[in-house]
Amino acid sequence: MVSQSTLQKYEMVIGLEVHVELKTKTKIFCNCPTDFGAQPNTQCCPICTGMPGTLPILNRQVVNYAVKAGLATNCKIASSTKQHRKNYFYPDLPKAYQISQYDLPLCEHGYLDIETGKGAKRIGITRIHIEEDAGKLVHLEGKGTLIDCNRGGMPLIEIVSEPDIRSAEEAKAYLQKLRAVIIYTGVSDCKMNEGAFRCDVNLSVREKGEKAFGTRAEMKNINSFQSAVRAIEYEFVRQVEAVEAGEKLVQETRRFDQNTGKTYSMRRKENADDYRYFPDPDLPIIEITDDERDALGAEIPLLPDARKVKYIEEYGLTAYAAEQLTIQREIADYFEKAAELTAHPILVANMILSDVSRLLQPDETDIPIQPEHLAAVAQMSGEGRINSGTCRTLIQTLWEKDVDPEIIVGEKGWEQINDDGVLTGFVKEVIAQQQKSVADYKAGKAAAFQSLVGQVMKKTSGRGNPVKIKELMTALLED
Amino acid sequence: MSKKILEMTVSQLSGHLAAKEISAVEATTAYIDNIDSVDGDVGAYIRVTARQALEQAAEVDRLRTSGEELSPLAGIPAGIKDNICTKGIQTTCGSKMLENFIPPYNATVIDRLEQRHVVMLGKLNMDEFAMGSTNEYSYFKPTRNPHDLSRVPGGSSGGAAAAVAAQEAAFALGSDTGGSVRQPAAFCGVVGIKPTYGAVSRNGLIAFASSLDQIGPMTKNVRDSAMVMEAIAGHDAGDATSLDYAWPSFTKKIEQGVQGLRIGLPKEHFGEGISAEMKDAVLKAAAAYEKLGAKVEEISVPNVNHALPAYFAISSAEASSNLARFDGIKYGFRADVDGDVEDIYTATRNEGFGLEVKSRIMLGNHVLSADNYDSYYKKAMQVRTLIIEDFNRAFENCDFILSPTTPTTAFKLGEKHQDPSIMFRCNLYTVPANIAGIPALSLPCGTDSKGLPIGMQLMGKQFDEPLLYRAAYAYEQRGNY
Repeated sequence: MVSQSTLQKYEMVIGLEVHVELKTKTKIFCNCPTDFGAQPNTQCCPICTGMPGTLPILNRQVVNYAVKAGLATNCKIASSTKQHRKNYFYPDLPKAYQISQYDLPLCEHGYLDIETGKGAKRIGITRIHIEEDAGKLVHLEGKGTLIDCNRGGMPLIEIVSEPDIRSAEEAKAYLQKLRAVIIYTGVSDCKMNEGAFRCDVNLSVREKGEKAFGTRAEMKNINSFQSAVRAIEYEFVRQVEAVEAGEKLVQETRRFDQNTGKTYSMRRKENADDYRYFPDPDLPIIEITDDERDALGAEIPLLPDARKVKYIEEYGLTAYAAEQLTIQREIADYFEKAAELTAHPILVANMILSDVSRLLQPDETDIPIQPEHLAAVAQMSGEGRINSGTCRTLIQTLWEKDVDPEIIVGEKGWEQINDDGVLTGFVKEVIAQQQKSVADYKAGKAAAFQSLVGQVMKKTSGRGNPVKIKELMTALLED
Repeated sequence: MSKKILEMTVSQLSGHLAAKEISAVEATTAYIDNIDSVDGDVGAYIRVTARQALEQAAEVDRLRTSGEELSPLAGIPAGIKDNICTKGIQTTCGSKMLENFIPPYNATVIDRLEQRHVVMLGKLNMDEFAMGSTNEYSYFKPTRNPHDLSRVPGGSSGGAAAAVAAQEAAFALGSDTGGSVRQPAAFCGVVGIKPTYGAVSRNGLIAFASSLDQIGPMTKNVRDSAMVMEAIAGHDAGDATSLDYAWPSFTKKIEQGVQGLRIGLPKEHFGEGISAEMKDAVLKAAAAYEKLGAKVEEISVPNVNHALPAYFAISSAEASSNLARFDGIKYGFRADVDGDVEDIYTATRNEGFGLEVKSRIMLGNHVLSADNYDSYYKKAMQVRTLIIEDFNRAFENCDFILSPTTPTTAFKLGEKHQDPSIMFRCNLYTVPANIAGIPALSLPCGTDSKGLPIGMQLMGKQFDEPLLYRAAYAYEQRGNY
């Protein structure tokens, strides 16, 4: 074990390669559907299984989606780009080559800005290219290995970062930000449990201040943020220990085991595989005009960072509330619709982050209340026509049956009681009835005051204006 | 009657079928009978699909009787090179690797022929995976030249050329990557065209070299070739390299003659290595064109001398990748070995491919390897650009280019095996058209002293098939003008 102080001498250098599955209706080179979870080999055809004589036809939507992802990550979009064949033998790759891109990727020179405990940082994006996914091998105990070609030919983008990342925290922030941005563009759901957002981590270590890179290890197919963090933390220590022990690190691929939290060597990469890349002669050059690029850019909604700024500046939200609302695009979209319909956007934000969030399942974003209705609730609340308790009950009621909240409040008589005369009557009744609490209050017990106010609220059936009740109670008890 | 049927061109037979003087079943039966009697010697077919052919023919006759308007090709019996996928029928590529491969789909050209009710007689022999110029590299058997059974028919569409020459098919479809339609057409005395790259869909053609491969008809005469092209050419959404071009009729202006056309004779194609008889025959043809009103002048396409090495680099590179899928996992031959997946790959590819194919795969992998890419593949692609530019310049000064198709006439089986470089030279004049993507047609222009056919080649600009047909037809019909 190396000591903490030894670890401090070193820094990690991380570059991330993220594979994102695009949510096109059909695969990249054929018309097979892309639905997840179908029975093995029911979503494949002669083209995506590489049968002799078949030819790939590029699904233009894949290019469009990749361009959107590129624009959303501040990349330059190539005006013309090629697809290359990456040649290697593996049973899940029926053509024995993967159609990918090589020296002319679709998108280059982008970046993402991240936020960690240490502040803001810009992480460079080297390139984004389009490629086809491979099939899947299924190892069955006693039955050998089976091949499921459903995933073969699914459209992917590979997003390669610069080696700008220096900690597990930064890696996690980058991955979270990248995922949020991609989801915003609408080109992928990035469902990690379905393998639609997979990450390869390239990590090397060097002494702080050193300019040259160390020898890197690549950890493939990490499918959760937590695993990425654990893999990075483990691998950093492993490499530092090796360097400290005077071992020579080798360039290799390592597998991260979620159960042990350790990484294991898979194959040495010192004789780097020669994939014999060359331009795929079956596929013409892809052209993207400036007009096409700009039209795709116009379809990208405002991204999380820009929205955050807008929420703070236009609606007066706190940075925290703005951050929370922008994590999921659907929630942000919902918020914006409702906020535009009321003079009280802060109340809308608070309702979404408290009452509405409480009713949503984790990761669920489908709110069964029309934004107009939530805006009306906020408006009534802001105008003092309903109190906060009614607000919560009202949202619960709308969740079950989404109707105009004005009607519910009217029918049920939930309007707040603001009339001083009426409230004074209730306060006097309670003081008369609750002599013990009054005595406690006068003896200095603060809890007794809350109890008295609660009694008044009960008499108003929860509709009394709590602020006024407190004012009247204080005044009458002082008498 | 059946002898007369076999002697008919497609257009003649088409007329008799339309007039109901001959039935499709009669025509098909005549061809099947002839295959039965001569193919034992010629070896043009890998598989004869007689039963299906007769069913198709009967259907044509039924349709015709019911008064349906049919294509001029309806009921014409044809053979198909065995690298063109035919649904439900073995498509072997002349290889052990695909001996039992039955495609569940048709190539686009087959769909187009079927829509026109062409009768398919069977699948034609070829050099394995279209790699070769003699048909001796077929896994199944060699094909022999019908003009002299001791000689090769050329290749790789040797089965297609021999079938047409031996009256075993009214026409055939071949494929041409570096001359595989034109060289056997020349050796067998038939007409063969390598269309403009992208004119005919490659969808369903088992790829040898994707950027060079084109399917082309092999026929008894020029008009037949144009008729078949009319059926198979045209944009196909299933091939991204297919040209989206409104092709004019290939037959309509075929009789317009060559008056005023400028013909270029490339000096590079009349130099070293060409037999005197070949040279003489082609120059005579040039003289005939002059008589018909064309102007003939010498031109130069300087970089064609580099076409052959560039061709071997590019075609082998693409082949090494295209043929990588034959790994014994999903379809085709799998070697019977114990061991892991690497062992299956190695044994399957070692046993399933013939020597010629393996040597091209090795060459291709070498050319594409990281260390050699720039000096071979990249350089070859640069040569390709130079050759395209050469042709563009040449066509500023002439309407089409006339040259011999091959340096020699058909040679004997086994003769060229000793020195592969000599065999490769048979494609010296044909390869440049594939490299440049331009159309090139071979048609007979006499015989040598042994009575073997000599072929000459017309090359045109991209999309100039109609002009090539016009010029080829004018020469073919010269006695009638």
